[in-house]
Amino acid sequence: MSELLRAGAAELAGRIATGEVSAREVTAAHLDQIAAVDDRIKAFLYVDGERALAAADAVDAHRAAGDELGPLAGVPLAMKDIFTMKGAPTTCGSRILEGWVPPYNSTITDKLLAAGVVVLGKTNMDEFAMGSSTENSGFFTTHNPWDNTRIPGGSGGGSAAALASFEAPLAIGTDTGGSIRQPASVTGTVGVKPTYGGTSRYGVVAMASSLDTPGPCARTVLDAALLHQVIAGWDPRDATSINAPVPDVVAAARHADVKGMRIGVVREFGGEGYQPGVEQRFAESLAVLEGLGAEIVEVSCPHFDYALAAYYLIMPSEVSSNLARFDAMRYGLRVGDDGVNSVEEVMNLTRGAGFGAEAKRRIIIGTYALSSGYYDAYYGSAQKVRTLITRDFDAAFEKVDVLVSPTTPTTAFTIGERADDPLAMYKADLCTIPSNLAGNCAASVPCGLADGLPVGFQIMAPALADDRLYRVGAALERELTSRWGGGLLDQLAESPSGAYLKVGGVR
Amino acid sequence: MSSPVLDFDEALAAFDPVLGLEVHVELNTASKMFCGCSTAFGAEPNTHTCPVCLGLPGSLPVVNAKAIESAIRIGLALNCSIADWCRFARKNYFYPDMTKDFQISQYDEPIAFDGYVDLDVDGETFRIEIERAHMEEDAGKLLHLGGSTGRIGDAEYSLLDYNRAGTPLIEIVTKTIHGTGAKAPQVAKAYVSFLRDLMVSLGVSDARMEQASLRCDANVSIMPKGTTTLGLRTETKNVNSLRSVERALHHEIRRQAAVLSSGGTVQQETRHWHEDGEYTTPGRLKSDAEDYRYFPEPDLVPVAPSREWVEELRATLPELPNLRKLRLQRDWGFTDLELQDVVNAGALDVIEATVAAGASPQAARKWWLTELARRANEAGVELAELAITPAQVAEVQGLVDAGTVNDKLARQVIEGVLAGEGSPAEVVVARNLAVVSDSGELAAAVDRAIAANPDAAARIRDGHVQAAGALIGAVMKEMRGQADAATVRELVLAKLA
Repeated sequence: MSELLRAGAAELAGRIATGEVSAREVTAAHLDQIAAVDDRIKAFLYVDGERALAAADAVDAHRAAGDELGPLAGVPLAMKDIFTMKGAPTTCGSRILEGWVPPYNSTITDKLLAAGVVVLGKTNMDEFAMGSSTENSGFFTTHNPWDNTRIPGGSGGGSAAALASFEAPLAIGTDTGGSIRQPASVTGTVGVKPTYGGTSRYGVVAMASSLDTPGPCARTVLDAALLHQVIAGWDPRDATSINAPVPDVVAAARHADVKGMRIGVVREFGGEGYQPGVEQRFAESLAVLEGLGAEIVEVSCPHFDYALAAYYLIMPSEVSSNLARFDAMRYGLRVGDDGVNSVEEVMNLTRGAGFGAEAKRRIIIGTYALSSGYYDAYYGSAQKVRTLITRDFDAAFEKVDVLVSPTTPTTAFTIGERADDPLAMYKADLCTIPSNLAGNCAASVPCGLADGLPVGFQIMAPALADDRLYRVGAALERELTSRWGGGLLDQLAESPSGAYLKVGGVR
Repeated sequence: MSSPVLDFDEALAAFDPVLGLEVHVELNTASKMFCGCSTAFGAEPNTHTCPVCLGLPGSLPVVNAKAIESAIRIGLALNCSIADWCRFARKNYFYPDMTKDFQISQYDEPIAFDGYVDLDVDGETFRIEIERAHMEEDAGKLLHLGGSTGRIGDAEYSLLDYNRAGTPLIEIVTKTIHGTGAKAPQVAKAYVSFLRDLMVSLGVSDARMEQASLRCDANVSIMPKGTTTLGLRTETKNVNSLRSVERALHHEIRRQAAVLSSGGTVQQETRHWHEDGEYTTPGRLKSDAEDYRYFPEPDLVPVAPSREWVEELRATLPELPNLRKLRLQRDWGFTDLELQDVVNAGALDVIEATVAAGASPQAARKWWLTELARRANEAGVELAELAITPAQVAEVQGLVDAGTVNDKLARQVIEGVLAGEGSPAEVVVARNLAVVSDSGELAAAVDRAIAANPDAAARIRDGHVQAAGALIGAVMKEMRGQADAATVRELVLAKLA
């Protein structure tokens, strides 16, 4: 069984397609792994084994009938609890949505189901995707499979931890300021934030509409590309989605050639605040890419220094408006409805009880930033900085094909370490935020360990050039895994500290 | 409830009123502003809803292109500039009738701006300057139950119907309107009436005030004559008819004048118009100006109508209703009163078509406002819905003019057409309604009438011409009405006088 858990999505899909293994067996193996380790990992908020097995059976039936199967048919997936799926509770990690069962599917849910992907359940996240550790979840904190005393990153820590603990070979997340890439970085998995508008937001509970980007999470670059291909594309139900062909990311991941590519190192990302081991792995990765024929150049993006500040004005502004609808009137939590309290009192009591501290903090900051008399100084200035950051990217991409940096300045910190220090928490997204502000695409791929914990290598490419992420990521991955004799997570699976996962000794 | 008021003439002797009108027009697009749900009026509550107009988590708006087209056409008809590029904005406030607790509207970038309309009120022309016309979505409907007033204050509970949530609205805002003096209420009424007719002629809205598909918020302030500083204004809501627009402003001017004359200050607030008692009561104070925290709607992309498209839409504009009325009145030679009757009866279009088919304007007016108005009223339908076309009405009049039928017979012809018996000419044949023109047959009938009424005949011979009536009546009766009364009269007098 553990051999099915160690296999990647591409391999599993191939074996299901040939009939070597049934989708039911694959799904059952992953459900068993969840049952075995999730008490410790706490990646899932909700698992629906029956539904997953029924979906797997449907794939097996299609195969038996001789139907052609899609490239990911029968492969299990962990879905961040921010996507709506008919009949499955969606909480977005918040108590205020507890009990809400959406009556509709997100566009991405529809695409996954149509592709025969088997959804195992919904994964834990920081409340409304606000955080870098899952400690802001209204329910519980997810643990990093590499070291259970450490955070799995956030907001999509549940999805990343599910991958790293071999509970699922694929996961899906959303990235507003780094919520796919930072968890990928600290769990040794692959996470991609596609170009804004390249993946539909319809049915994705909004945090900050102008930044939110759904994207694929996997254990290999190719698996991420296969999932990217399934979920990307224009959606008439999302006015901000881009009506353009999806770049051939799968071909790029298979091609994995960086010869002649110009790779820019962002000068502003490094130095103070960066863990030495992280900088070391990053430097080694640059050398690997150079060895593969890429040209490494240093690039300055002077306005990236202001990205965090601008982000923490624009994002909360949108949050303050997007989270207004949670008012107890139509769904979710309702507190204080005693027949005496007024509508306003019920709204106040419910929002007071239902939102966690970080959600409240951002609602308050955003409300302030949009207030009459402050709008120009805060929201208005932040939008100008956003434009300057976009111009930095434009200028850089005149000179280089991609930009690179560490994904996050440090490896996984311990649970509780930054919980009471929002600014320290926010700094985890220092390197990932600029791509959200500019709307271009970026990815994190594992590039080794520092002090025994995974380090992520971030690649940033221009809007609609998502294929470049996969070319560079796959090239780096191929070279590093050949040096290591397997993927980074294989090291966890085979190590004593990963013994509890019970997936060792099969490869 | 009613506040003290000053006599209107007295008020106007001391103060100049300044108006500002905000009109919301519900567009008649088949689907809502940001989703595919139907906008049909009167459906079962909460049946015309979906994740988008219910504002469910994760749902996203997509702009209805037809609504943009209507907005641009309205803007053009109001002589506005049309934005090259504009955005939607979120207006943030908590209220249960807003499913998202923000309204998608437009703020500092309206689709249409800087326009005007010229209105004629009692022979005096007033230019109303339009500040802006912007797009937004309507809220749901709240029903406050269990109380006596139907307002939230004393309700036991409230019901929500989100069928209306997301219906496209255009809000048209005037600049401040000065210099209307005592005609302020009439000018306001004329303006709203103009907008109503305009929306109908553009075909963009039903513009029915009683169904709230056209709503007016009437702002008014007054300032002492000779001063130039604007007074504090009130915004009167619940003004649900043209008459109410005029009456509410009339009242509000008098009320504010009473406040100022007695040394008080007008509160900047909304006022609620009570149609039945003709007074206003205070609503929400506007001095603690609510901060709606507008910002550009991040779920939507900017609207950038091409100049070519705008020009194409300009070419689709109908003649403005007020100009059309003036033109028709001039062409037809109708008095103001006659034209008003025609407009009130909704007969402008059918009369124009009847005249175009060859009838005289007066004849067309007569048929549509009397016989046909009565028939439509009986059937409970609009004039245009009657089973007779303007061309057929013109044909009936043609038969009268040719002497084929008289007025009384013509009404029977109309009855036949409405009953589906064919064209007017066919009904005349089928019902044998043509007047008898054979003079021999008529002369014989006249002879028989003289013989049967010797007294009347004798009186006529004695010079009492008015006695001819009895003989004419007898002949008409014998001919079952199918004779031309004037011809009969000539024959009677020729034989006896």
